[in-house]
Amino acid sequence: MKITTNWLKDHLDTKFKENQIINKLTEIGLEVESINSESNDLDNFVVAKILKAEKHPNADRLKVCDVDIGLKESIKVVCGAPNAKKDLLTIYAPPGSTIPKNQMKLTISKIRGVTSFGMLCSESELNLSEESEGIIELSSNKFQTKIGKSYFQKNNINVIDLSITPNRPDCLGVRGIARDLAAAGSGKLKNIKTTKLKKNNKQKINIKITKEKNQGCKAFGSCTITNVKNCESPDWLKEKIISLGQKPISAIVDITNYIMFDLNRPLHAYDVDKIDKEIIVRNSKKGEVFKALDNKEYKLENDMCVITDHSGVLGLGGIIGGTRSGTELDTKNILIEAAYFEPRSIRKTSKILNIDTDAKFRFERGIDPLSIEQGLQKAAELIKKICGGEISKFNIKKNENIKKNLIKFNPLSFEKVTGFNINQKEMIKILKNLGFDIKKDKKFLILIPPSWRPDIVQEIDIIEELARIKGYDQIKIIEPEKIRKKETLNYSQKLFHFLQRSIATKGYLEAITWSFTDSKINHLFIEEKKLVQIVNPISSDLNVLRNSIFSNLIIYLNKNLDRGFKDISLFEIGPIFYGSQPGEQETVISGLKCGKISRSNWLEKERLVDVFDVKKDVIQTLAEAGFSKNKLYIDDKTPNYFHPGKSGRIFLNKEKEKVVAYFGEIHPNILKKIDIKTEALMGFEIFIDNIKKTKKSLNDQKKQYKYSDYQKSERDFAFVIDQNFNVQDLIEIILNVDQKLIKTVKVFDVYQGENIPEGKKSIALNVTIQSSEKTLNDQDLDRINQLIISSVETKTGAKIRS
Amino acid sequence: MSEIETLRADFLSKIKDINNKQDLDNIKTELFGKNGKITSLFKNIGKIEADKKKDFASNLNSLKNDLLSEINKISSELEIKEINSKLKNEKIDITLPVRNYVEGKIHPVSQVIDEISSIFSEIGFSVEEGPDVENEYNNFTALNTPDNHPARDMHDTFYLNNEKELLLRTHTSPVQIRTMIKDKPPFKIIAPGRTYRSDSDQTHAPMFHQVEGLHIDKNINMAHLKGCLNYFIKEFFEVKKIKMRFRPSHFPFTEPSAEVDIGYEIKDGKIIIGEGDKWLEILGCGMVHPNVLKNVKIDTKKFQGYAFGIGIDRLAMLKYGINDLRAFFECDYRWLNHFGFDPLDVPTNYRGLSR
Repeated sequence: MKITTNWLKDHLDTKFKENQIINKLTEIGLEVESINSESNDLDNFVVAKILKAEKHPNADRLKVCDVDIGLKESIKVVCGAPNAKKDLLTIYAPPGSTIPKNQMKLTISKIRGVTSFGMLCSESELNLSEESEGIIELSSNKFQTKIGKSYFQKNNINVIDLSITPNRPDCLGVRGIARDLAAAGSGKLKNIKTTKLKKNNKQKINIKITKEKNQGCKAFGSCTITNVKNCESPDWLKEKIISLGQKPISAIVDITNYIMFDLNRPLHAYDVDKIDKEIIVRNSKKGEVFKALDNKEYKLENDMCVITDHSGVLGLGGIIGGTRSGTELDTKNILIEAAYFEPRSIRKTSKILNIDTDAKFRFERGIDPLSIEQGLQKAAELIKKICGGEISKFNIKKNENIKKNLIKFNPLSFEKVTGFNINQKEMIKILKNLGFDIKKDKKFLILIPPSWRPDIVQEIDIIEELARIKGYDQIKIIEPEKIRKKETLNYSQKLFHFLQRSIATKGYLEAITWSFTDSKINHLFIEEKKLVQIVNPISSDLNVLRNSIFSNLIIYLNKNLDRGFKDISLFEIGPIFYGSQPGEQETVISGLKCGKISRSNWLEKERLVDVFDVKKDVIQTLAEAGFSKNKLYIDDKTPNYFHPGKSGRIFLNKEKEKVVAYFGEIHPNILKKIDIKTEALMGFEIFIDNIKKTKKSLNDQKKQYKYSDYQKSERDFAFVIDQNFNVQDLIEIILNVDQKLIKTVKVFDVYQGENIPEGKKSIALNVTIQSSEKTLNDQDLDRINQLIISSVETKTGAKIRS
Repeated sequence: MSEIETLRADFLSKIKDINNKQDLDNIKTELFGKNGKITSLFKNIGKIEADKKKDFASNLNSLKNDLLSEINKISSELEIKEINSKLKNEKIDITLPVRNYVEGKIHPVSQVIDEISSIFSEIGFSVEEGPDVENEYNNFTALNTPDNHPARDMHDTFYLNNEKELLLRTHTSPVQIRTMIKDKPPFKIIAPGRTYRSDSDQTHAPMFHQVEGLHIDKNINMAHLKGCLNYFIKEFFEVKKIKMRFRPSHFPFTEPSAEVDIGYEIKDGKIIIGEGDKWLEILGCGMVHPNVLKNVKIDTKKFQGYAFGIGIDRLAMLKYGINDLRAFFECDYRWLNHFGFDPLDVPTNYRGLSR
C-alpha cells in the first residue's frame, strides 16, 4: 500500500513531521517497507521551444528541430512527431536522462546521419497519460516564460510503501492508516465533509441479487449519473494517481480508483447504455465466457459470483469488470457499483482463474460492508464536480443484514498476556479512537468492533490492538531461567550429531542439497522405493522427492569435477523419502569419494580410492559411535547402483536385523549414464533410523577393565581356502578356537595365482595369543597352533600352507 | 722409571691420539687381551717378591683403572663423534611437504543449528522434530490459517497431490501442533529443520531452514518472550548488548504477533550486529493464538505461551558474513571449504560457540 504524507493529511490533522510519522507507522504494525522520493531524475526534463523544424534530409517522417532549451545556443534534436513545428512549446529530455516509460537511457546519437542531442517527449513517454501520438504541446501562455526550467515541480514528495498484513484490510485505504495514527497519538482524524447532493431521479436500472447457495454478493449499492462528460482528470487527481505509481486514465476511472485508495472502497463504473435491461448478480454456470478489462477471455466454472445482464456476463463481482460495459471518454450515462462480496467467494474465484487485481486484493481481505453508501456519495460528488450530470437516488440491495459482533473484554486479561498494564481510561480512549463502541458492564467492557475491522472477533484481538497502539516497547524483559527439566537431545538426535561430525573427521565436506531432485537421476537410485512426485515443481529437474541422497550428491560431485577438482569427498545427512505421507521418510548419511589417495605426493605412491577406503570410513564411524567392530556383520548383497562385486552391506550383529550401511564402488553404468569423468568413485550410505537405541548405555556395555602383563606371542598362518569363502568367517572361526587366549587376528596377505590351485586363495594371518594367567610355554603354544589349524581345516576345508 | 710408569706414559699418550674405534679396540687388546700387556703383568704378580708385591699390585691396579677410564672416555667421545657424523649425513630438507591429508568440514547451517540448540538448551528448551512432508491440516488449518485465509498466499507451497492435502511444510510451525497433540503441557521446545517454498531467486531458495520455538506454561507472557529472544540474540551473536526492537505484525497462529529487528551498522564493508541505527528483521514471534491451543485441546484458561520462528540460513549469513543464500545449496567445494567448520568445533556453552 503506497501513501504520501500529503494524502495522509487529507484525513489526519497532525503537526508531526514526515520522519516521525514514518517511525510511528512501523511502531504500530504498519511496516514501512521503503520510501521512494519521486525521481529527481525528472529535474532534467525541461520546457523547450522549437525554433525551427525542417524535414530530415534522409527520412521523410523525421524532422530536424532547432530547440531552445534556455541556453545561449539552441541545440539540434531529431524528432518523429507529426506535430513538431515552429514555436511549439514542449518538453525536452537531454542525453543522460532516463525516459520514465521504458527506462531507456538517452545518449547522443546519429539518426539517419543527423546527430540528435536528446529527445522531445510525448505524454506517454513521461507516464503523464496514454497519449503517444506526437509530442506534448504546452500552453504558450503558461510556459512561455519557463523555457529551460524543469517541467516537473521540484517535488520531494516521498512515496511511502507500507507492507500491510493480511488482517488489516482497513489500512488498504489512506483513511484507515490515518485512523491508526490518530489512535496512536500522532494527530487527529478529520471528519469527512460531504456536500448534499440533489438526487431527484430514480435509479432506472433494476438490480437483482439471486437467492442461491454460495451467493458471493451480500449487498449491491448503485446509482446512475446521467449526462456526464467524461474527461481527463484535473491535476490534483492525476497527481494522486501518479503518486501511487498508477496511470491516469479518465476522470471516471480515476475517481473510482481514488476512492478505493482513499477509503478502501472499491467501486465499479458501468456504461449504462451498454447494459442490457437489468443487472442480475448470480452464480456463474460452467462454460460461460467473458472478456475482462485486462483483455483476457475467461472461461468460468460453476458458482462464481458474476454481474450479468440479459446478454451475459458483465463482470466478475469484486474482481474485474468486463470490456463490454466499460466506461470510455464518450460515455454519457454511468452506473456506479459499490458492493460487498464475500472474501471466501472472491478468493476461490480468483484462485481458479488466476486473477489478481486491486479490488480482488481488498475484497478478499474484507471490505467494510457499511461503506457502500459512503462510497457512492463520494463518487457521485466527485463525478458531478468534474464531469457534471444528474445523480439518481441510491439503490442499495441487501441479501443479508450485517451482524454485529459483541466482545466481552476483561481489562485484566491484557496484563496477563502482555506482562504490562494500561489503565482502563487509556484503554477506552485507544479503542474509541480505533472506532469501537464501548459499554461498561461491571468489571468488563462490552465492545462492538468497527465494521471495517473483520479481523477483530475475540478478546485476544482487543489485547493486540491495545498493545500495538500503546507500543511494544512497553513490554518488559524477563530474563530466562536457566533450568533444564528435560534432556535437550534424544538418542537419535545425539546419534545424528555424532555421526555427522564423525564422518566429517574422515575428510568429507558436508553438503546440503535439496530434498527434491531430478527424476531422471533419482531413477538410477530408486530401487524398490515409491516415486514421490511434486505436483508443482519449481523446475522439471527438481520434480520428485529424493529416494536417495546419492542423486543430488552425484550431480554436485560432477559439478565440482567440472570445476577442476579431482579428489573429492562429499557427504550429506538428511531425509530420503519412500512415500508421500507424512513420516514416510528416513534419515540417511550418504558420502561419495572419488579420485586418488596421495596424489602427486613425493613421499608416497599415489593410488586410486577403493572400496576399502569407504569401508574403513563407515566401520570406523560405527566403532566411534560405540558399536563393536567385532560384532559388525558384513555381506555382499547391495542395491543395483553399486558395483556387484565391490560392495557390501553392514549389520550391527550376525542376526542381520536391519541394514545399517551400504558401501562400495558406484556402478560403472551410472557413471556412464550421468557422464561422470573420474578415475574411481566410491560411496556409502548409513541408515541412522536403523540404528536402534541399545538397551545398555555405552558405559554399561563395557566389560570390567582387565589386562594381562604376561608375555604375548604372535604366530603366522597361511591357509589355502576356497576363493568364495569369506575371510570374515575364517577370522571368526579362529577367534572362537579359544576366546580367552586369542586376542587378535590380522590378515596380512591375500594371494591368488601361481602355486595356488584354481578356485582357491591363500590367506595369511597373524594371530596374537596371550593368557591372563601365565606366560605360555612352547607346549601351550603348539597346542593352540594345532587347534587353530585343525579347526580351520575341518570347518572350512582349507589347507594350511607349508 | 718402573715398567708400570713407562707403560702408563706410553699408552696414555697413545690413547689420546686415537681417532677411530678400530685403533682403540686394538690398543684395548694390546693391553687387556689374553696376552695383553696389563694382563701379562697381572699374571706375573705371583712371581714378584713378597715385600714389593703389595705395591706392585696396587700400582698395576691403578694403571689398569686409569687406562680403562681413558679408553672409555675416548670410546664414548668417538661414539658421539660417530653419531654426529652419521646424523650429519642424514640431514634432510625438513621443509618438504607432508603426506596428503584431507580436512572434513561441517556445513555452516549444521554448525548454526548446533549453536542454536546449545543456546536454547541452556535455558531449558529441548529439541523436537517433525516430518518434511506434512498434511494441509498441520501446516495451515491447525495453525489458524483456514483455506480461505489470504496469509496462505504468502506461502508458495509445494504440493504432493492434486487435492493439495499433502505438501512440503512451508515452515517449522507444524512441529508445534505435533508436539502439543502428542504430549501434555508445559512445552518448551525448539524445532530446527528444512522448510520449503516454491519460489527461487537471488534471495529465496526453494528449500531453507527454520527453527521454531514454543514455550507453553502457566502465566508465560510477552515479557518472557522478549527476555528469551533477547537472551538468544545476545548469545548467538556473542555480544554483551544488543539493540532489539519488537514491531507489531501479523501471523495467523500468534496474537499479539511481532517481528523482531536488531540494530546494525556497516563498518569497513563488514556488518556489525547490535549497534548502529539501521534495523534488520531477523525473526517473527508472538503469543500462541488461542485458536491454535484450542485446536490441540489445550485449556486456554490454564495455559498460554509464546512461539517464534527464525530463519537459520539468514542467521548464518549474518554471523559469518555470507552474502549469497543460494550458495548454501550449491555444494561448491571451494565454498564448503571456506565457510565450513572443523568437525571438532562443536559449539558448547563452556567452550564458547565460535572461535
